[in-house]
Amino acid sequence: MIGGLFIYNHKGEVLISRVYRDDIGSQAADSAVFSSSGPLQEEVVSKPEAFSGNRRNAVDAFRVNVIHARQQVRSPVTNIARTSFFHVKRSNIWLAAVTKQNVNAAMVFEFLYKMCDVMAAYFGKISEENIKNNFVLIYELLDEILDFGYPQNSETGALKTFITQQGIKSQHQTKEEQSQITSQVTGQIGWRREGIKYRRNELFLDVLESVNLLMSPQGQVLSAHVSGRVVMKSYLSGMPECKFGMNDKIVIEKQGKGTADETSKSGKQSIAIDDCTFHQCVRLSKFDSERSISFIPPDGEFELMRYRTTKDIILPFRVIPLVREVGRTKLEVKVVIKSNFKPSLLAQKIEVRIPTPLNTSGVQVICMKGKAKYKASENAIVWKIKRMAGMKESQISAEIELLPTNDKKKWARPPISMNFEVPFAPSGLKVRYLKVFEPKLNYSDHDVIKWVRYIGRSGIYETRC
Amino acid sequence: EIFELKAELNSDKKEKKKEAVKKVIASMTVGKDVSALFPDVVNCMQTDNLELKKLVYLYLMNYAKSQPDMAIMAVNTFVKDCEDPNPLIRALAVRTMGCIRVDKITEYLCEPLRKCLKDEDPYVRKTAAVCVAKLHDINAQLVEDQGFLDTLRDLISDSNPMVVANAVAALSEIAESHPSSNLLDLNPQSINKLLTALNECTEWGQIFILDCLASYTPKDDREAQSICERVTPRLSHANSAVVLSAVKVLMKFMEMLSKDLDYYGTLLKKLAPPLVTLLSAEPELQYVALRNINLIVQKRPEILKHEMKVFFVKYNDPIYVKLEKLDIMIRLASQANIAQVLAELKEYATEVDVDFVRKAVRAIGRCAIKVEQSAERCVSTLLDLIQTKVNYVVQEAIVVIKDIFRKYPNKYESVIATLCENLDSLDEPEARAAMIWIVGEYAERIDNADELLESFLEGFHDESTQVQLQLLTAIVKLFLKKPTETQELVQQVLSLATQDSDNPDLRDRGYIYWRLLSTDPVAAKEVVLAEKPLISEETDLIEPTLLDELICYIGTLASVYHKPPSAFVEGGRGVVHKSLPPRTASSESTESPETAPAGAPPGEQLDVVPTQGDLLGDLLNLDLGPPVSGPPLATSTVQMGAVDLLGGGLDSLMGDEPEGIGAPNFVAPPAAAVPASLGAPMGSGLNDLFDLTSGVGTLSGSYVAPKAVWLPAMKAKGLEISGTFTRQAGSISMDLQLTNKALQVMTDFAIQFNRNSFGLAPAAPLQVHAPLSPTQTVEISLPLSTAGSVMKTEPLNNLQVAVKNNIDVFYFSTLYPLHILFVEDGKMDRQMFLATWKDIPNENEAQFQIRDCPLNAEAVSSRLQSSNVFTVARRNVEGQDMLYQSLKLTNGIWVLAELRIQPGNPSFTLSLKCRAPEVSQHVYQAYETILKN
Repeated sequence: MIGGLFIYNHKGEVLISRVYRDDIGSQAADSAVFSSSGPLQEEVVSKPEAFSGNRRNAVDAFRVNVIHARQQVRSPVTNIARTSFFHVKRSNIWLAAVTKQNVNAAMVFEFLYKMCDVMAAYFGKISEENIKNNFVLIYELLDEILDFGYPQNSETGALKTFITQQGIKSQHQTKEEQSQITSQVTGQIGWRREGIKYRRNELFLDVLESVNLLMSPQGQVLSAHVSGRVVMKSYLSGMPECKFGMNDKIVIEKQGKGTADETSKSGKQSIAIDDCTFHQCVRLSKFDSERSISFIPPDGEFELMRYRTTKDIILPFRVIPLVREVGRTKLEVKVVIKSNFKPSLLAQKIEVRIPTPLNTSGVQVICMKGKAKYKASENAIVWKIKRMAGMKESQISAEIELLPTNDKKKWARPPISMNFEVPFAPSGLKVRYLKVFEPKLNYSDHDVIKWVRYIGRSGIYETRC
Repeated sequence: EIFELKAELNSDKKEKKKEAVKKVIASMTVGKDVSALFPDVVNCMQTDNLELKKLVYLYLMNYAKSQPDMAIMAVNTFVKDCEDPNPLIRALAVRTMGCIRVDKITEYLCEPLRKCLKDEDPYVRKTAAVCVAKLHDINAQLVEDQGFLDTLRDLISDSNPMVVANAVAALSEIAESHPSSNLLDLNPQSINKLLTALNECTEWGQIFILDCLASYTPKDDREAQSICERVTPRLSHANSAVVLSAVKVLMKFMEMLSKDLDYYGTLLKKLAPPLVTLLSAEPELQYVALRNINLIVQKRPEILKHEMKVFFVKYNDPIYVKLEKLDIMIRLASQANIAQVLAELKEYATEVDVDFVRKAVRAIGRCAIKVEQSAERCVSTLLDLIQTKVNYVVQEAIVVIKDIFRKYPNKYESVIATLCENLDSLDEPEARAAMIWIVGEYAERIDNADELLESFLEGFHDESTQVQLQLLTAIVKLFLKKPTETQELVQQVLSLATQDSDNPDLRDRGYIYWRLLSTDPVAAKEVVLAEKPLISEETDLIEPTLLDELICYIGTLASVYHKPPSAFVEGGRGVVHKSLPPRTASSESTESPETAPAGAPPGEQLDVVPTQGDLLGDLLNLDLGPPVSGPPLATSTVQMGAVDLLGGGLDSLMGDEPEGIGAPNFVAPPAAAVPASLGAPMGSGLNDLFDLTSGVGTLSGSYVAPKAVWLPAMKAKGLEISGTFTRQAGSISMDLQLTNKALQVMTDFAIQFNRNSFGLAPAAPLQVHAPLSPTQTVEISLPLSTAGSVMKTEPLNNLQVAVKNNIDVFYFSTLYPLHILFVEDGKMDRQMFLATWKDIPNENEAQFQIRDCPLNAEAVSSRLQSSNVFTVARRNVEGQDMLYQSLKLTNGIWVLAELRIQPGNPSFTLSLKCRAPEVSQHVYQAYETILKN
């Protein structure tokens, strides 16, 4: 299991250090953190023998071999002297889990992400300053969510009931409150507490999709998929039992078995989902057997499900590139984009990024719509269009002047990438219903106000040129 | 500063106290030593403020170990807190107590822990469950004695799923350090409980349970299927680790299902989507997933065979993801998708990252070898890439083209001209070697092959071994193909290799060629220019048994490193080898007995483990690094083959007079070289080839070293003696193997020993019943006694031996391992041991380190016992195992030993006490040999 957890800043100084197991070393971390003058090596040296044992080796080994490594990181898992380090990076903060055993690697990374989520839920952005300001809280959290290297309940909803920044006053808690906390933390429904009340029962569903594309210069789709998320924000009283339905091909075909007519009608609108994963509140065995999605939601916002589709994707934009090399010192680029959706809908925040060679000396651009600029620092022409309706077309042309180089290596021609946002789901997913039942309280499904929104964004949307 | 903090800590105001403790913790994190404040901080412990309490506990965990005496002060509070009405505080206390790794405290921990394990609140119970694992880590014996393991086992039936999950985690961990004890005691009933808890507990708990399930072996295929059915829903969990652990269970149990079963097909179909979904996770998890998919694809290629596209590399993928995807793409490449794959690979070959580009180029070559139909397209793609003149691309391309030639000989030779144009730009050994190989192999088609090779010869000594070896072979090939023009060249390279090089491999190969050419050029031609076996299509596959083991470790570090846990985990933990369950049918379902791992037809397996015959032909090109990365077994077969091949001819050379050499049409090497090549250097060079005979030690009795060559044939006119010493049932013997490598029959053997330290002498004459004819080998066991005359030798265990036969008398000396002298009645009783230990003066004590010994105390003790080293007593001191041992030598000398073993640390400390201290060193060596073999 996880032997220890360290948080470093970008300089490699330790901000948080929690050691769970002796095999990686016994005590807290080293080196100066709160003094901004960099590591105070002298102080470290002067520490007593018992305090500078092998634990420092582990801490230092990671700093030297990974954070300060000259090379780019070649693997998120590093083995140094029979000790394994797992790391993730958030802005310029490094989180590293250390172990000497054959741990479940996927679990360690999932835990590190979760740890980031929990910290973000408590104090916002994960930055050096925030971590320093909240170090007591972080230690308290680490104590709770990781016991002897075994991850424990890490749902922020549950954690916030008993780990607060104000410091809990145990004497004010009644016995019932205490046992309610513990039963929630360990219980079957660890993500929701009892006795939630709202005057207005309301819920919001966001279908957020990111559409990914890799297209050849000739316009052939090399790979395309949509990865989508259904995010739910609920303000519901009691312990509501919810059932979510969408136009899943398998479900619709099952239902439509009776009337062949209906099958052909609805079959058109249904979509084939390659795979989906659910929040832990969803009853997986029920989904496996009946393909129905039922759950008791956490209070507030959470991600109900993720899914992936690859069939019949609506590609909102098509990019047609044309790159011509004119002699050794000039490139002519023409890029056409075509929008491919209902004319009544509007795409927003459109951005096309056309990479330029490293030896570019100057660029002239002409575009019909939006604004385009050559950004030397990013080696790209960035073309921005605020809004664009469906079934339209726009184009940009550019002349790129090149400095003559004796570099033999050809320019790698990175793909042209695109960003956008459209008000529909490119996968074709539709929410059919979300039913709410709360048998104990007197509100029915009809009393709940429901909102549904679809947003399609570009994921990695690239066309090679 | 410490002083100020001290004052604040002792302040009456709660707020001030808390702030002070916070400051202390801050200093601690920074690395300042605040241990001086220990008593003051511990004083703050008695508080009802939970936050303050937690801070104090944090401090305690850090410093208790360095101040064990003061840590006792905290015990009272812990015990009190374990009775607190607030379950959060009870749990906190029991959790923290387990983290204080001070022996004295653990004693006080037992009672509170026992109560907490039966606490009414599940939160306390789940914390206590983990605490048992903590305690076990500090003092395993205590946990067993106190019966905590049984309580823990009871918790598997707890009503609360999280308690179950933590109990499972704790038990699994404890079980790892007791591989033999059936701690978890998994049976259909307990499995059913686990499967029920699986549906209800947290994501982490599900991982613990699934990992535990994976270590269970169902009794038949029905049970396997019913477990699989209940595990499959987990594949839709949002947590990738849950998914991967479920995949592990399914992959393992699937092994037991019959392939004809409908369910088997359904399961295969269900596995693909979740694996693909893992690729949309964060990059770090993608990496873990890809490393695992790499294994799964090798084990069951059918699962993902239609999913090639998802492994296409994205421009912004981190490099580690790119490299892994590329690897999987090649594994999935087939005739159906090869066009797409090639187009992608060509795209990748123009990217920026050098490693990635190289791998992409190499991948093109592998595609050519794997999918025959694509070979032509691959070759033309590679030629295009060579035209780019990017140095590392060219070199990589040449290396893979060499492999293509080996797979499709005489098909693409038209490209050789293009390759030769790039000769000058090659600066990496592998590429140079590949190019030289191509020139040598196709020498007859390259007009200026001799010039090309000659150009390399100039800097021969600056080249790496790989290139030197290749150059030697290539020039010999050239000579055999065009003997008239290249005599000078071949002599030049032979003398460079044999006389001016220190590298034994190079020198040996040089001599072999030289002999071959001089004895029988026709045979030489047959050997050197023999038709080579085609290389296998699937390269760098993981060896099947390792693959099966790694499948059992899906999701863990082992699967990320592609190494078994024993390769990177220290000590005894997790070193147990796991293997996939055999297929067992519950009913009468007629099923073909299939021993080969599923998914790998027997043909493919042959490719991975090349047969002896195949390797023989390949022997001379071996150092090129053929893409067939066979298991270690392969190398030994090569050597055996070589002996068969060369044995007869060379033997005659060694025994014979120099005049016998020199084939008619071969210009003899320079005069000086002839005697030199027959003398010592050649002999020593060839010895390596003959060092093969190795006896397998008998299983009972003390450890027997493999036979070593004592007297090389060189020095004894063709008689080779190898041997070893054994001790069995109280009698010592010398096991000899005599080989006649001369041309004449040997008879009249006799043996004699010189006087030695322990009076070893033959107890019977050396009996070789029949005359030993040429190339014959005979095995003899010569009983020894210790009644011979004694003379101290240097070193102590040196033995000088004379062997006589009809030809001459030969002398050699050997070192015998001291443990053959350890007698059976070497066990001292305890009292006696203590007294003797005290009695022997301290200056006679010698201390040694035994490093890298992976055994635990029990294993050490039993292994030593079989070699007559007896464990008199065993103690556990501060987590270390102390073994007190005694042994007696044949001449009555007692040696007492104290062996200190720290669990998890492979280095042992051995202290020896003996009245004759000069034997200590040898006893230590005996320990080393016994423990490490």
